[in-house]
Amino acid sequence: MASMEEQDFEKPIEDLTRRIEELSGFGAQQGREREIKKLQDRLQRLREEIYAKLTPWQATLVARHPQRPYPADYIETLFTDFIEFHGDRKFADDPAILAGFAMFHETPVAVIGHQKGRDTKEKIRRNFGMPRPEGYRKALRIMKMAEKFGRPVLTFIDTPGAYPGIGAEERGQAEAIAVNLREMSRLKVPIIVTITGEGGSGGALALGVGDHIQILAHSIYAVISPEGCAAILWKSNEKKQEAARALKLTAPDLKKLGIVDEIVPEPPGGAHAHRERMFEILERVLQRNLESLRSRDMADLLAGRHAKFRAMGSVKIL
Amino acid sequence: MAWFKKNKQPKAPITGEDRTVIPEGLWVKCDSCKEIIYRKEVLARANVCPKCNYHFRISARERLAALFDNGIYEELDLGIVATDPLRFTDTKPYKDRLKQYREKTGMEDAVINAAGRMGGSPVVISAMEYAFMGGSMGSVVGEKIALNVERALERRHPLIVISASGGARMQEGVLSLMQMAKISSLLGKLDDASIPYLSILTDPTTGGVTASFAMLGDLNIAEPRALIGFAGPRVIEQTIRQKLPEGFQRSEFLLEHGMVDLIFERKEMREKLITCLRLLMDPVPAEPALPAGS
Repeated sequence: MASMEEQDFEKPIEDLTRRIEELSGFGAQQGREREIKKLQDRLQRLREEIYAKLTPWQATLVARHPQRPYPADYIETLFTDFIEFHGDRKFADDPAILAGFAMFHETPVAVIGHQKGRDTKEKIRRNFGMPRPEGYRKALRIMKMAEKFGRPVLTFIDTPGAYPGIGAEERGQAEAIAVNLREMSRLKVPIIVTITGEGGSGGALALGVGDHIQILAHSIYAVISPEGCAAILWKSNEKKQEAARALKLTAPDLKKLGIVDEIVPEPPGGAHAHRERMFEILERVLQRNLESLRSRDMADLLAGRHAKFRAMGSVKIL
Repeated sequence: MAWFKKNKQPKAPITGEDRTVIPEGLWVKCDSCKEIIYRKEVLARANVCPKCNYHFRISARERLAALFDNGIYEELDLGIVATDPLRFTDTKPYKDRLKQYREKTGMEDAVINAAGRMGGSPVVISAMEYAFMGGSMGSVVGEKIALNVERALERRHPLIVISASGGARMQEGVLSLMQMAKISSLLGKLDDASIPYLSILTDPTTGGVTASFAMLGDLNIAEPRALIGFAGPRVIEQTIRQKLPEGFQRSEFLLEHGMVDLIFERKEMREKLITCLRLLMDPVPAEPALPAGS
């Protein structure tokens, strides 16, 4: 079945990895090392091959991979002196969004990102990375503080979407997102947006307005999840692969559509296969883009930010 | 022998989007209280049920005609149409869907841009059309509302947007999503320029439309009992696996929770909007009359 194959694309990689581990387990024996080296080369090639032609549904699975580095991992690794700030000063603190200030090399910056949580307990605490209004309001509070103190804002996006719940509606989920869109568009400090995993609709966009929008190569960004789209338009959960294809949610598609400015390459096998390598790559890209944005005049930056979003969309004039 | 053989198939129930369109004929059934009511009486009350005050869904054109002085307005930004940028096909190609809705509604997409006067003062209005693909927001809706915000900015005329939408249009993928940022960013400029923006939320206003311009009015004004929310009630029910409380996500619920400023009945909408605008902005000096026509 094609659909099963599409799900299990990592199986050959796993099988080969296991074989290498088994072989290594026997201890260093004559000839073994050469064999292991050969298999490792093959594993590398296999990863490159498989990851070079991921289908949109496979990209979705990679973007949601449980071992994929999360915004908290990037914050911890790429920054120093991170201090997390809590709460929206209105209702609560939302653990689905991490926000605070930190040093990026020699520059103090504000960092804000979704956080899904690794183990079950943390996932529940962080609501699987689905923020409630207070999360977006906390993010905005930190952004306003960044503006006040002239600190650039770096956001990291990885969310299935804003939480659909009774309390979230009561406290104005829509209003919280809307206000972020408006305020980010006129925030008087540079903003770099990095989509590191799942860019789930309005819940992602509420941290996603900025001067430079970049996406990790196997991340996705969509108006609705493939599952949600399949359920509504095809009235069938089986069609999620088709929906993923139709939605044009992969990094190359997003670049073509003018939604993102840059695709940040991932190591072969994805960010989860070589975390350290991924951290190095993103650090370098962030440094380059931060330098370039900081050298620009703020009025010019705001005009550019505005023009970028003004141009998005595709219409025909008769 | 079947003496009473049925020759006719039973009539299929009216479902989906057509449900709330007032059927032709002398009598109509209210969608809310299910009373059979005299059609003329409903029309005389601006499409509001005389028994239970249910506000029937009405078209964008009907709304514009009801708001502008003498029902006169100039329709703007015609000839802007969707391109099917993703070449999207679900059970049917997006192109075909567009064609079908164009024929059904006589509109190019799900919004009308208009300019005219209210209480003698110039105002620009964008009115969304729910009958066109559930009022979904794709690039055309985004572009046209953006153009009207820019028009309000340039002319320094107040802006009114009447929302009626299920949210972003999935068939244009993430391009639809970005319309939220595009319009919100322009509304920031309107805000900076101190030009009033009134957001009118009608039944239903959900998803990406609520989570962008519909919630950003200087005043957010709802029609009675309109469904207004971010997530649709079905999505919430499926997520929390509970029945939703009565009146959840209706205008009155939003008023109670501080998300809308006001609820205006349809019959008082025009006069009250005129008053609101006067309170927010000094009248703009008279200009040459706008060309008549709709």
